[in-house]
Amino acid sequence: MSTEKKKLAVWKFASCDGCQLSILDCEDELLLLAEHITIAYFPEATKSVIEGPYDISLIEGSVTTPHDAIKALEIRKNSKTVISIGACATSGGIQALRNYIKVSKYVKAVYAKPEYVDTLETSTAIADHIPVDYELRGCPINKYQLLEVLASFIVGKQPNVPNQSVCIECKLNGNPCVAVARGEPCLGPVTQAGCGALCPHYYRGCFGCYGPKENPNTSALAQHLSEYGVMDSDLMRLFRNFNSGAPAFREESKKYD
Amino acid sequence: MRSKDRPRYVLTVDHLRGLFDELSDQGYEQVGPIFRDGAIMLEKINSFDELTLGYLEQQDKGSYNLDQHPDAGYFQYSVGPQSFKKFLNPPRRKLWEANGSSSNFEITVPERPAKMVFWGVRNCDIEAIRILDKVFLEGAYVNDWYQAAKEDLLIIAVGCTHPSKNCFCTSFDSGPMPYEGYDLSLVEVKDGAGHHFIADGKSDLIKHWLNDTEAQLASKDDLEIASRTIEEAIDNMPIRLNPKEASELLKTNLEHSHWEQVASRCLSCANCTLVCPTCFCSTTEDITDISGDHTERWLTWDSCFVGDFSYIHGGQIRPSTRSRYRQWMTHKLSNWYDQFGSSGCVGCGRCITWCPVGIDITEELAAINDNPVGPAKDKKSRGNEKHKGST
Repeated sequence: MSTEKKKLAVWKFASCDGCQLSILDCEDELLLLAEHITIAYFPEATKSVIEGPYDISLIEGSVTTPHDAIKALEIRKNSKTVISIGACATSGGIQALRNYIKVSKYVKAVYAKPEYVDTLETSTAIADHIPVDYELRGCPINKYQLLEVLASFIVGKQPNVPNQSVCIECKLNGNPCVAVARGEPCLGPVTQAGCGALCPHYYRGCFGCYGPKENPNTSALAQHLSEYGVMDSDLMRLFRNFNSGAPAFREESKKYD
Repeated sequence: MRSKDRPRYVLTVDHLRGLFDELSDQGYEQVGPIFRDGAIMLEKINSFDELTLGYLEQQDKGSYNLDQHPDAGYFQYSVGPQSFKKFLNPPRRKLWEANGSSSNFEITVPERPAKMVFWGVRNCDIEAIRILDKVFLEGAYVNDWYQAAKEDLLIIAVGCTHPSKNCFCTSFDSGPMPYEGYDLSLVEVKDGAGHHFIADGKSDLIKHWLNDTEAQLASKDDLEIASRTIEEAIDNMPIRLNPKEASELLKTNLEHSHWEQVASRCLSCANCTLVCPTCFCSTTEDITDISGDHTERWLTWDSCFVGDFSYIHGGQIRPSTRSRYRQWMTHKLSNWYDQFGSSGCVGCGRCITWCPVGIDITEELAAINDNPVGPAKDKKSRGNEKHKGST
């Protein structure tokens, strides 16, 4: 493999910073990471800045302002590889709930001087604005998946990030199914794995933090939950969470609006 | 000695406790059913008293409930979400790791599995192990880890006295009473009069132990009570399918409209395949650290309901849920005969209970049976249809 150190930049858009914290949370692996890549731009971690262009840009957060949209284009121009990380960057995040309401009305209600606020009507994924080389899901992302993706881009192999259901993680980990054994409404069967089935491990239904899995049958799950007494308003909220902007969850949620 | 000629013994809980301790002293790792997180799970246990005691279960399509009951014994339920395949072919297993640079590296392979005892194995799971033997031990490619795990394996079987609503082992040759493939088999009898087990020892190790226990020989009455509890279990399981007929039926109904109907309900979540005691598919993952100096190869359970499972150059062979469900069901109930000479289903009912939307394989089969498409098509026309993108 190439011994030349890759230049990494970490960018923030509309987000809670949790995914960037997952990078810092790598702790033990951070030193090894620093041996193989130069952290050139990462304001969450350091004030020092090395100018672009960059080999890899990680983007956290969604596009919610006209300024964001321009910034995304600039990052794309300045980066060989762009990887969007987290639910905000890959589907618009929890703030994509604004896509279902009239934002200007809220701006007027909340801010004393609404004319100072320059915001878009929607919160959208980075890939809706620029071509993205890879999307890493999660709210927040899983640090081991992030290391896998970075290592794969450095080594030049396909990242091993399965797009299968959370159910598979439950079964591999030996969690009894919370939907079947406890009657918990669980999005696991339609949600992409990656979290290690964290919530079911603590007897909670899956919240869908990693967005829709490949080939999700959201309507069959919703119909089943509905037969078990889950109300339409709750079904809508179930799909309108951290990935409410992901097409499969968005379309399913609209049926109960 | 033939099974019916062997003496049966009456064992107490203390006898079994003693057996557990003796096997521990002999270095066996012991696994069995324990209550955890609302279900009966199969796990490593360090004492006999960790085994589930005092639970009755209720299973239905997509639902599972356990209730504590003072009269319930150790094994008076059917099967939980896990089967013993998790110990013979673990869900995740490191195959090897490599350390060093590309010009100078060393490969290390993990140690072989410990010798194990399986407690409370139902006949459906014994059948499943027999099926897995064919998959992993016969033919050109032997799974050496499975082979090693099987080598010193002791199976303590139980006659299944409380089948669930989803059980249908009577539809196959097997039924609820183990007849081979075990070292010791037990029928638990718990009533007002007491709590004991009618035992049949098959292997030399167990026969010697039985001799040493000086346990009472089972009387005619004891045997009668044991066989009656099994008869009751059989009566509680209606025949749900005819395996041979099912195999033929599916072969001639590959384009049945019902596949689309199932697909509208199926989540392609893979739960059915992961709880199935005979589903054996796996994938391998390579994990490389960022330095490139350390690589691990892992074997992980996989499923025909996963998109990447059928991915080859150019795309997925089975992109639709229709094609995935059909692949699974026709493999279980039909193609398995061609591939391994038996059914791939043992009637344990796990796929019915643990399907999050309660899809019942026997009902789906019945729906096709009620309205079959017609006579068998020859291979050529089937192939052509497939080529037209019928999946």
